[in-house]
Amino acid sequence: MITASLIGLPLVFGLLLLFTRGEGVKRVALAASVITFLFALFAFWTLQQNPADPNLENDSVWIASIGVNFHVAMGGISMVLVLLTCLLTPLIILSSFRNQYENPSTFYALISFMQMALIGVFVARDGFLFYIFWELALIPIYFICLLWGGENRGAITFKFFIYTLFGSLFMLAALIMLYIHTPASDAGAHSFDLISLYSAHESMTAAQQGWVFWGLFLAFAIKMPVFPFHTWQPDTYVTAPTTGTMLLSGIMLKMGTYGLIVWLLPLVPEALETWGPLAVVLSVISVVYASAMAIVQQDFKRLIAYSSIAHVGLIAAGIMAYTPGKTGTEGIAGAVMQMFSHGINVVGLFFIAEIVLQRTGTRELGKLGGIRNVNPLFAVLFLIILLGSVALPLTNGFVGEFLLMNGIYQYSATAAVFAGLTIILGAVYMLRSYQSIMLGESNSVTANFGALSGNEKAVLLIVCAAVIVFGVYPKPLLDLIQTDLRSLTLLMAPASN
Amino acid sequence: MIQLAWLIPLLPLIGFAIIGLGGKKLSKGLISIIGCGSVLAAFGLSLGIFLELHGQSHTVKMFDWINTGSLKVDFSFLVDPLSALFLLIITGIGFLIHVYSVGYMHDDEGFHRFFAYLNLFVFFMLLLVLGSNYLIMFVGWEGVGLCSYLLIGFWFKNTDYNNAAKKAFIINRVGDLGFLLGILLIYVLFESVSFATIGTMSGNAEYRQYTDLIGILLFIGACGKSAQIPLYTWLPDAMAGPTPVSALIHAATMVTAGIYMIARSSFIFEYAHLTNEVIATVGVVTALFAATIGIFQNDIKKVLAYSTVSQLGLMFLGLGVGATTGAVFHVTTHAFFKALLFLGAGSVIHAMSGEQDIRRMGGLRKHLPITHLTFLLGTIAISGIPPFSGFFSKDEILAGAFEEHKLHWVLGLVASMMTAFYMFRLYFLTFSGKFRGTEEQHHHLHESPKSMTIPLMVLAILSVVGGFIGIPGSHLLDHFLNPGSTGHHVDWAHEALLMGTATLLALIAIYMAWTVYVKRNTLPAEKEENMSRMQRIIYHKYYVDEFYDAIIRKPLDMISSITYRFIELPVIDGLVNGVGSSVKWLGSTVRLLQSGYVGFYIFAMTLAAIAMIYFTLIN
Repeated sequence: MITASLIGLPLVFGLLLLFTRGEGVKRVALAASVITFLFALFAFWTLQQNPADPNLENDSVWIASIGVNFHVAMGGISMVLVLLTCLLTPLIILSSFRNQYENPSTFYALISFMQMALIGVFVARDGFLFYIFWELALIPIYFICLLWGGENRGAITFKFFIYTLFGSLFMLAALIMLYIHTPASDAGAHSFDLISLYSAHESMTAAQQGWVFWGLFLAFAIKMPVFPFHTWQPDTYVTAPTTGTMLLSGIMLKMGTYGLIVWLLPLVPEALETWGPLAVVLSVISVVYASAMAIVQQDFKRLIAYSSIAHVGLIAAGIMAYTPGKTGTEGIAGAVMQMFSHGINVVGLFFIAEIVLQRTGTRELGKLGGIRNVNPLFAVLFLIILLGSVALPLTNGFVGEFLLMNGIYQYSATAAVFAGLTIILGAVYMLRSYQSIMLGESNSVTANFGALSGNEKAVLLIVCAAVIVFGVYPKPLLDLIQTDLRSLTLLMAPASN
Repeated sequence: MIQLAWLIPLLPLIGFAIIGLGGKKLSKGLISIIGCGSVLAAFGLSLGIFLELHGQSHTVKMFDWINTGSLKVDFSFLVDPLSALFLLIITGIGFLIHVYSVGYMHDDEGFHRFFAYLNLFVFFMLLLVLGSNYLIMFVGWEGVGLCSYLLIGFWFKNTDYNNAAKKAFIINRVGDLGFLLGILLIYVLFESVSFATIGTMSGNAEYRQYTDLIGILLFIGACGKSAQIPLYTWLPDAMAGPTPVSALIHAATMVTAGIYMIARSSFIFEYAHLTNEVIATVGVVTALFAATIGIFQNDIKKVLAYSTVSQLGLMFLGLGVGATTGAVFHVTTHAFFKALLFLGAGSVIHAMSGEQDIRRMGGLRKHLPITHLTFLLGTIAISGIPPFSGFFSKDEILAGAFEEHKLHWVLGLVASMMTAFYMFRLYFLTFSGKFRGTEEQHHHLHESPKSMTIPLMVLAILSVVGGFIGIPGSHLLDHFLNPGSTGHHVDWAHEALLMGTATLLALIAIYMAWTVYVKRNTLPAEKEENMSRMQRIIYHKYYVDEFYDAIIRKPLDMISSITYRFIELPVIDGLVNGVGSSVKWLGSTVRLLQSGYVGFYIFAMTLAAIAMIYFTLIN
């Protein structure tokens, strides 16, 4: 029941928040999210004690006629993402404390509902359930962006909503196609259970597998996003309230990368062999292309948005490069590590952009400068997060990036050379931003920057601590996913073995 | 004592943590004690280990770092003669420079920040040489790059300095990509990144076809960190940092990391014959190229910077021709005399109230007696006059080149001759003749405080006698580094001839410098119009920076900006919006069919029914 309760908890908290009135709602929301985080830690502890603990799995019949079960379970990879979700949610709530929102009860309730759906996505083991949570996650964020967003939010949010919905419909079609190829039970019903879906390919032609592959890949690629499906992202990230941007970039995009590992790689092996290389190519193009776009951005928030596409491109490339029998699982391990690290770092970076905007009224690189003179602490914290983002060794970003590069290199040295350009280009655009914002003489815009508030310090310090701790000692996370990596290897082992 | 090796990097890290967290709350005295003390303690430990080692090698494991699947990377340290020697250089010279900095940075408002960065640098540098596998080495490798970035841009209000810092970091990252790809290839082949494991396998015939590729990739990394062609352009700009930084990071330690890495990877380079030729050629060409630029620079630190590039080139020449011990020997002696020269330059700049142009100096001998004498000893050492330290180490490299490749030997000899010339040019213009600065500067001229002159004196002594660890015949260093080897037997007459030639050429170069700058009292041209065309090209460093700007930076910016404006927005996003608006158009067009006329509906139904019947019959 632990896993199911982990979904239920934010749902209950969300409802509670909806009926909480007054100024204190944000504090209630924070307390609620901290409780959820502690509960997630309890799940983590349980998993470490006994990975096969029956309390971590829940499989009950939901819609018998079409073989849908409420099947949730907690493996290592799911655990990492659930931990990420439950760690980031309180941070995101805390980082919003300075803002005065209209109708805060709804705002914080939506965040909680979103958390519920995200956890659901990461633990669902039934295709239908996965799809339900996948779409459920879109609704709260849609309203957050639409109601509390910035300029031109109507059109931009609409585009974001339609674009991602469009992708998910392909996913639904692909899941149904898999479903009808699952072995039927005695009663004649097929099954949406992940294990059944894993065996569906046995009765599918290569062409059918190809359709499934692209249906799923399209949905995931739009969510992450990967070139050329990315154009909704910079606009949405910039327009959304920073809380929304953090939810989108910190957690929600990991639905796509998580989907690639659990809901695509093992499903259609023949199609993977045919189309996997193209997916790797698109991902690598993402890395280089988005980095190049980041170099010419003037708005710091938009720059981070593009850098996020580059980072996610590397994750996707590392996942899609996994070829049983040819490469080891380093790429997958790197992807999981980097999902965790990128989530933390990108939230830190967007928070920095928000802090700068609130105090100076602008995010234009050309107008800023010299904040380090005024607030050295802020400069140090920004630098640490930046180093995590450019993957300096002993920061969290390095472990993931090294493992990803390792997996990609094993797949193709050429792909690794291009993907590796992120090492150089990332330094170019991040150092350029840092110099424009923090260094030099302070000007009229930045001179009165002032000190950080306690809440701001707390968020940034936690982010910085995570950057360093998981860079120096990534073992807990890496150990957590070894069982899953072995199962994945077995699942995908070439048929001849 | 050897099991305590982990304390060596940890001490400066603790120093960094205390100074970094304490910040301005700590007094300058306390910061000096913590900053210098942590490095001194590390030096003590290094010395103990050095004496206890007896040619053995030990691995000290700390914890599992990155373990997943079949990848196992320990956070562990390797203590062997090579790393022990580098430990001594880093902590020993590091300590002297820390002490010097107490005086040099005394009035700077960033005093605490400076010592925090400096301690952090020492930590990463020690990790670099202590790592027992390529990944820990890479941690140190990128870490020192970060510290270099922070210290070049130490005075962060100055845009030029910030640009120099950014340039250093980015160019180093180009090299780092090569290094990282090399590490990945190593892992793919050997399924390990640990030196010990690879060392036992690299000789196998099955790996031979890859050794050159690995070698080249690693060498690209070395080119970045150790400022070799084509990645050297960041180092002269790096002189924007405070002078102790130039001495420690950009002369004595960090920039020699490339040499250390290649010496450490001897199990690869032993079999990478093509790469060795490349290394030797790049090294000697860099040595020559940078030396020519050094002749025409007028900034005291720029001359020394190009001299460093040039000397590093000689070390790579040594590596390329198989004189690895010679290269490491030259790293050692170069650390002594180049640190000395930079610190001396710092003392001069200090006395001149920040002036760095040697055309405004002159006659400082009288005013800065200790700086003058120590600087002179350093200049003699770098020029290769026996029995000063630089002579022996350079001789060993050139002897190796002579055996391997006569042309390389000749070019190396020319580069050494130029070194003697530009170094004495620098010395004469700075210290002899009449003072050419302003009256105010003249009034302020003073010898530096003891905290600065004592390190100068210690380094001067080392520069003079440091060569005796490797004089021909004794080969102390060679025996220490390669305990098993019997040492190479050289023909004495042969060796004497080589030494004689080198010494004679150096003396000629010094005489030429004396003739031009003392006897004829020539001053470098103030205005570009007075230079010959060739002079002007060299004065502008062959326009390499401008060239890189034109072929890399500008095109990158331009392509990105064009792509953003003409592809990203109109084409890729345009297509998405196009799909959206065509759906909208389709909807609004089809909507017109619902006109509300019953007659039209019946007509359409009939038409559809006919069509259905028609297609059913056809099938």
